[in-house]
Amino acid sequence: MERDDLIVNDSYALNAHHDEAHGKVLRKKIYFVTVLLSVITAIEVGMGVMFKRGDTYTWTAIKWTFLALTLVKAGYIVMSFMHLGEERKNLRNAVVMPYVFFILYLTYIALTEGFANMAIDNLLH
Amino acid sequence: MSDESKENISKEALWGGGRSPFGVTYGKMMMWFFLVSDALTFGGLLVAYGFSRASSTDPWPIAEQVFRALPGLEGEYPLIYVALMTFILIISSVTMVLAVEAGHRNDRKSVLKWMAWTIIGGAFFLGSQAWEWSHFIHGGGGGFQLAQAVTVEGDDGITYELQAGDMVYMDHHFGHLMEQHLNGNPQVILDAGHGHVSLTDHSDHGHVVELHDLTINKYVAGETHVDGFKMYELWESRSENYTFGANLETSEYAEQQAFSDFFFFITGFHGFHVFSGVVINIIIFFMVLKGTMDKRGHYEMVEKVGLYWHFVDLVWVFVFTFFYLI
Repeated sequence: MERDDLIVNDSYALNAHHDEAHGKVLRKKIYFVTVLLSVITAIEVGMGVMFKRGDTYTWTAIKWTFLALTLVKAGYIVMSFMHLGEERKNLRNAVVMPYVFFILYLTYIALTEGFANMAIDNLLH
Repeated sequence: MSDESKENISKEALWGGGRSPFGVTYGKMMMWFFLVSDALTFGGLLVAYGFSRASSTDPWPIAEQVFRALPGLEGEYPLIYVALMTFILIISSVTMVLAVEAGHRNDRKSVLKWMAWTIIGGAFFLGSQAWEWSHFIHGGGGGFQLAQAVTVEGDDGITYELQAGDMVYMDHHFGHLMEQHLNGNPQVILDAGHGHVSLTDHSDHGHVVELHDLTINKYVAGETHVDGFKMYELWESRSENYTFGANLETSEYAEQQAFSDFFFFITGFHGFHVFSGVVINIIIFFMVLKGTMDKRGHYEMVEKVGLYWHFVDLVWVFVFTFFYLI
């Protein structure tokens, strides 16, 4: 069996090498993402602690903010830390697209079934 | 990553066979496919959590009020400990990506250094989770159900009409001694009467714990303390049903069992991933130490285990949002 962990084709991604100068640039980017992720987490915790939850518009806005910030964090982890942003577009789509559809589907379910459930609830009370 | 991923190659050439259309090795592609499917498992768990929570008729516990203790400190530190765990995991993800970067320069010493830090970070996270589980299981003092309806005024000046079966919570010190008393420890003596309640612990260094106040709505809404004579009335109205902490049968945090079950399953399943990630990291660490990667001429194995490790961090980002924040 041919082993793919040995370099047979120099152009493959496993041969991803860079020199010290380029490494410096990459590390700078890594530190930037680190600070960003930490700051976002700190903001999230701060918001969670500061605001009282309830059926208020403020809390609804905060929940949407949490979701948005989570997606930003997830995006940076996947695209930067996992280097998906530097892979070929077809691999990127193969990984990300299922989740785009998954999230759209969940949103659809939440908006239709979720509210239908609430409507029945209101009828009963 | 390399020129291959940036190059503009015609579709015919890409998919014509004899090469990887994705421009990655078989191993790395399979790691990605595994992560895509594994994420669906976590997605399913979180969806089940959301469904359970949305369809629950009993009030759902508020995470800030359940998770607010620090090791050795019981009290008002909402989400601080979880934030710390999140931070540890993010940092260990950073050290991992630094190890991958060092691997691309074939810098064996740096790879070892950063992988060692990653393993330490992972171990710290697992230790933190063990403490959190332990605290969750032991609870924040426990509580009892009321045997009859009582009307009390809280320290917030609002009058609450409590029904039979409602939970009333004891403070941390009193509750844990009460648990020993109920478990039949003969050295813990309960003394109640004339509006005051205390437990005396006659073991090694005997001490008395006075019951100062009881708490209602501890986990489901803004908690309210009840003290003085009303507290005594609550105490006298207690039933035989006590709950301390949580397990797979009972929970002091909520009426419904689902909250604790999801806590155990989701954080447990994630913790299992962290554990296996640490084990794989250790294996790869020793492979690097032995010089296996240098023999191969590349550090792609570090990159692959790095993908898995980042994924563990990624899942925690979502668990953190859906289980602790929202």
